[in-house]
Amino acid sequence: MARIELKDVSHSFEIAEGKEKLEWAVKDMNIVWEDGTANALLGPSGCGKTTMLNIVSGLLTPSKGKVYIDGKDVTELSTRERHIAQVFQFPVIYDSMNVYNNLAFPLVNMKLPKLKIKEKVRKIAKILGLIDYLDTPTSKLNSAEKQKISLGRGIVRDDTLAILLDEPLTVIDPKMRGKLRRQLKIIQRELNITAIYVTHDQHEALTFADKVAVVKAGRLVQIGSPHELYSNPESPFVGYFIGSPGMNILDAKLKGQTLSLNGFKIELSKSITDKIGIENSECQLGIRPEEIITNREKTTGTIPFEVAIIENMGSYKILTLVRKNGSDRNLRIKTRVDIITSYFKGDMVYLEFPEEYLKIFKDNHKIY
Amino acid sequence: MKNRAWYFIIPMIVLMSIGAFLPLMVVVNYSQNYIFAGSAATYVGLANFVEVLHDSQFRGAVSRQFIFTFMILLIEIPLGIIVALALPKKGFWVAPCLVLLGIPLLIPYNVVGIIWRLFTQSDIGVIPKIFEVLGGYYNVTLDSFDASSTILLLDVWHWTPLVVLLVYAGLQAIPDAYYQAAAIDGASSWRTFRFVTLPKLRSVLTLGILLRLMDSFKIYSEPLLLTGGGPGTATTYLSLFVARKAESYELGYASAASLIYFFIVLVMSYIAFQIITRIGKGGKVE
Repeated sequence: MARIELKDVSHSFEIAEGKEKLEWAVKDMNIVWEDGTANALLGPSGCGKTTMLNIVSGLLTPSKGKVYIDGKDVTELSTRERHIAQVFQFPVIYDSMNVYNNLAFPLVNMKLPKLKIKEKVRKIAKILGLIDYLDTPTSKLNSAEKQKISLGRGIVRDDTLAILLDEPLTVIDPKMRGKLRRQLKIIQRELNITAIYVTHDQHEALTFADKVAVVKAGRLVQIGSPHELYSNPESPFVGYFIGSPGMNILDAKLKGQTLSLNGFKIELSKSITDKIGIENSECQLGIRPEEIITNREKTTGTIPFEVAIIENMGSYKILTLVRKNGSDRNLRIKTRVDIITSYFKGDMVYLEFPEEYLKIFKDNHKIY
Repeated sequence: MKNRAWYFIIPMIVLMSIGAFLPLMVVVNYSQNYIFAGSAATYVGLANFVEVLHDSQFRGAVSRQFIFTFMILLIEIPLGIIVALALPKKGFWVAPCLVLLGIPLLIPYNVVGIIWRLFTQSDIGVIPKIFEVLGGYYNVTLDSFDASSTILLLDVWHWTPLVVLLVYAGLQAIPDAYYQAAAIDGASSWRTFRFVTLPKLRSVLTLGILLRLMDSFKIYSEPLLLTGGGPGTATTYLSLFVARKAESYELGYASAASLIYFFIVLVMSYIAFQIITRIGKGGKVE
């Protein structure tokens, strides 16, 4: 069990290559993962998540900054000395061995007595649901079972302080993905072990973790519970990145109590503008598709849009709406509607933007 | 023919028949006759085969061939792996190293024979000179051990690079994550090699072993040019033996011998393939 901390960590791959111009894969990262928690690192591909993970596990030494585990500086220690287990994107197994020998491999390396190894392997196999497969050659397993073995090799050691999972579901068959994701969560809870789960899939991050850190271009954007990230994004990026589809982000101008968007206006109540405290400025309006009310009939205060794309998502539909305002910069907005509704391309709809769900951003920060 | 793919392989089948199947049938026909140049053939059934199998010269060639092939595999495969592991993985030196290794592969068999003949010539060759300076004795035309070990050395020099290149390509294809996982699992470098590298090289090694096995069974030009099969019969391998018989117009005998030779190569390759593909496929290891 461990509390992991990154302090002022920056990493650039160009330093090792001796280049003059540096690009930072990770920049000024300060983050703490508390003991026994399930955490996620979420961000688009190439944002530095895997680099961060490799810095934590010790496969990479950061160019700057320190890594602490339980308050001890481990920056210079090897992966093995840090007692960290890592699960990679694709299942890494020793394919010349059966399941038992795969799970026993780290223990055999530690030269533990045979009986002890047997006892531990059986215990872990039980947790992973692999107890019936111990004698099976690994070539006979499916990808989800293989991935469980990679995890099992990590947790079979008593001294493992944390598990790092680097997009562990990428190559798993879609059918088994959900099941394995739930099992990973259960295992994390059962062992009460610190876990860091790296993914670009918000769904995986939000379901696995108690605390999600959103990373963009090597920097920490926001850290919080899944609910916080969803309902209270600190920046348009987080708003757009979390949720499917993401939050609608619209350019707007605030003047007095009127928020003017490209072609229509929304009146804000005084309590909001007082909180914002800024008048006359450029800003961005954010609202989630599922929080916009889509009406068929025109009523006062609603704003007309034309239906452009209808996507059937199974249990609901996503409408992409446009508001033609003469210029070539048509305003586009997405809304979520019930599956039983029937809309056609070209239909007119009338939108309401409930005030309690509006978010207002300025310079990439939430001001309301 | 419902499947149109057949039309596409017809030209290949025709070529194969002309190039391989028909000659093979001619050999099968020859093998059942006593034939002397210019005279009519006499059908003798399997007499040629019986004669070949009882011929101590043929048996000698077979056992020499097996020892040679066994030594080739024993030296070239491990040496190839060691050299491939020692090669740089990336950077400036990769290209020069690969080119240097590739050079022996580009030289035709008979040229290799001639080059080594110059090396080993007792009056001007560099190898006898080295032995002389060191106070030893070396003569390929007189000493059978010198002759056979020189052929072995020559083959190792000529063909180990093939194994190196195959293994090198195989090594490049192993994802880093496997080594990272082995490091996290605390595996020693030997155990990492044994349980990560070696299993991952299975397919290239299968290929390498089969290629070297079949190719070493065909060794011909090098001993022909270097030693002419001698001294005595010390370097008369199977193909050289068969060719000698054909040259002396014992066509029936030579045909029977070459069919047996063909059969041996086939069986050996099959056995080797079966062994390699079955080794270490799961099951209990420790």
